[in-house]
Amino acid sequence: MISAVQIPKIPLADWINALVDWLSQFSGFFNSITNFFQGIINAFQWVFDILPVGVLIIIVLAITYWQKRHTKKWGLLTFELLGLLLIWNLGFWHDMTETLTLVLTSTLIALVVGVPLGIWMAKKTLVQTIVNPILDFMQTMPAFVYLIPAVAFFGIGMVPGVLASVIFATPPTVRMTNLGIRQVPADLVEAADAYGASAWQKLIKVELPLARSTIMAGINQSLMLALSMVVIASMIGALGLGTQVYFAVGRNDAGAGFAAGLAVVILAIILDRITQALTQDRHQH
Amino acid sequence: MEKEAKVKVHNLTKIFGTHKSEALKLLQQGVSKADILKRTGATVGVNRANFSVQAGEIFVIMGLSGSGKSTLVRMLNRLINPTRGEVFIEGADVMKLNKKQLRQVRQQKISMVFQNFALFPNMTVLQNAGYGLEVQGIDLQTRNQKAHEALELVHLHGYDDQYPDQLSGGMQQRVGLARALANDSQILLMDEAFSALDPLNRRDMQDQLLEIQEKMHKTIIFISHDLNEALRIGDRILIMHDGTIDQIGDPETILTNPANDYVERFIEDVDRTKALTVKSVMTKASTINIKTSGPRVALRQMRINDISSIYVVDDEHRFVGFVDSDDVAALIHKKSKDLRSVMKTDVPITGPDVLINDLMDKISKTPIPYAVLDDQHHLLGIILRGSVLAAIAGEEVGQ
Repeated sequence: MISAVQIPKIPLADWINALVDWLSQFSGFFNSITNFFQGIINAFQWVFDILPVGVLIIIVLAITYWQKRHTKKWGLLTFELLGLLLIWNLGFWHDMTETLTLVLTSTLIALVVGVPLGIWMAKKTLVQTIVNPILDFMQTMPAFVYLIPAVAFFGIGMVPGVLASVIFATPPTVRMTNLGIRQVPADLVEAADAYGASAWQKLIKVELPLARSTIMAGINQSLMLALSMVVIASMIGALGLGTQVYFAVGRNDAGAGFAAGLAVVILAIILDRITQALTQDRHQH
Repeated sequence: MEKEAKVKVHNLTKIFGTHKSEALKLLQQGVSKADILKRTGATVGVNRANFSVQAGEIFVIMGLSGSGKSTLVRMLNRLINPTRGEVFIEGADVMKLNKKQLRQVRQQKISMVFQNFALFPNMTVLQNAGYGLEVQGIDLQTRNQKAHEALELVHLHGYDDQYPDQLSGGMQQRVGLARALANDSQILLMDEAFSALDPLNRRDMQDQLLEIQEKMHKTIIFISHDLNEALRIGDRILIMHDGTIDQIGDPETILTNPANDYVERFIEDVDRTKALTVKSVMTKASTINIKTSGPRVALRQMRINDISSIYVVDDEHRFVGFVDSDDVAALIHKKSKDLRSVMKTDVPITGPDVLINDLMDKISKTPIPYAVLDDQHHLLGIILRGSVLAAIAGEEVGQ
């Protein structure tokens, strides 16, 4: 009789550890990445720090007003005003800007990496075949797992938090860009070809504009996923509303936890509505 | 006429799927498309097509869906790459061009109009019409001016800043046509360009195309599955099915002289009056020479041929008039020999190249057959009502 004990266990964990150890020797490389991302984070944070509370609120309201200039908007504007004032009143304003920095940096990186990758996947089916399972992996692997190597390579702080968020948040942008470009009607692509457009002209003038709303939906998804990572990222030292929630959990303080959580919800709704407006087609009659 | 063909195609073949070389070999052995599919799994799109199109011609490629006509036309600008064969545009072999040269040919020599218009929904009408010029890198001002002129040419005024989805189908295809015309390329490929339009709009667009063609003298390769459309606008028609060309010829030849059973079945229900000319339905007239014949000869001729009237011509077979058997008999009874005294000259006449369609009304109203005369008034033949009906029904007209 064969029992499970007799079959040697595959030392998968050892292999991964060996890989992480091996990668550690490139610390110079990881340091320069850290510095680069820290630069982006600092830039965002600097802007939010010098902007007075009132000015940032007015900017948010103005963006919404302009986006919804042809439709109903007063309900959303009221929500945004009251929501942001509540966050300020609860004393979470600075935490909120830190969270905003984390989310915007992650989304920016997801966009810069994800859109070109999505275009490449749409153009080359082989790339799609290879990348798709990797995206599945990135999205389904429990997000906590990314924290361990992130700390090993990038230390404690905002940068590993951003990177863990990027890994989790990039797939929707990649997928939706791929989908959007593939969904451009074949006869329009053929028309561009028939008039002698180069691959670049076709992409810029036909494919990207027609895939625009789908790509924007992907970016909206990425943003929401990045926001969902804030509490997890706070465990490795990323500052913001997540830290407040994390502390509240540690102190078993349901009230403080709920208050910080509510601030996350308000921020999420505002970011979602603003980016959703980008998915609408530009010309409407 | 030793003019170089604008577009020339030699042994052009397209095979879809795998086992291409095996399929090519079988094709050369004359194996049918269905058998090749069974034996190799490859689909023959176009089978060794040969034809050439002259400058200024409207060349219609006809076939039902699946006949390979769309594949054939897309091989001309290599939107679909041929498996075998050559395409010459103005004498240059398109197959030998590299990517950049091919783009240049598409930008400058060949423009295309599509069945479902293929207008860019994110661009205005003016931007759409100027798209080909934009691709060429022409500056905005020149581009807009040329696009505007092209839109005027297709009678689309005042829609420059609208978006395609604000326009009706007919108007959208005008934009598609304007986009092709704005490019100034000499060759137009029109892939079922009017098939998506309702019948009235389609007729309108056909008229407009003919009107534009009169001004611009483009070389137009027009794909259609509608034989009436092909007969209406085509200078020459190519009929194909199952990837193979059945016949190439002018509309009249196709109708009167179908190359095989397929073409014959194809033209069965066409409205022939729109393509048939007087020449193809006229019959030989019984005549007498006014110089050498008198009333007795005339009457005899009529009796032999079992007819009640006869045409009178001069020495050179020029038309003079027409006499009736009763009148001639009366003349003989009066012992007169003056045939001219009973001859009628108010006979309806027509030319050999007039369309039957234009005569239909009159033919049905006049009791006397039409006389068909050439420019020098030679009597070429006459039109009998019976032979017109026979021709419309698709029967061979006896000479």
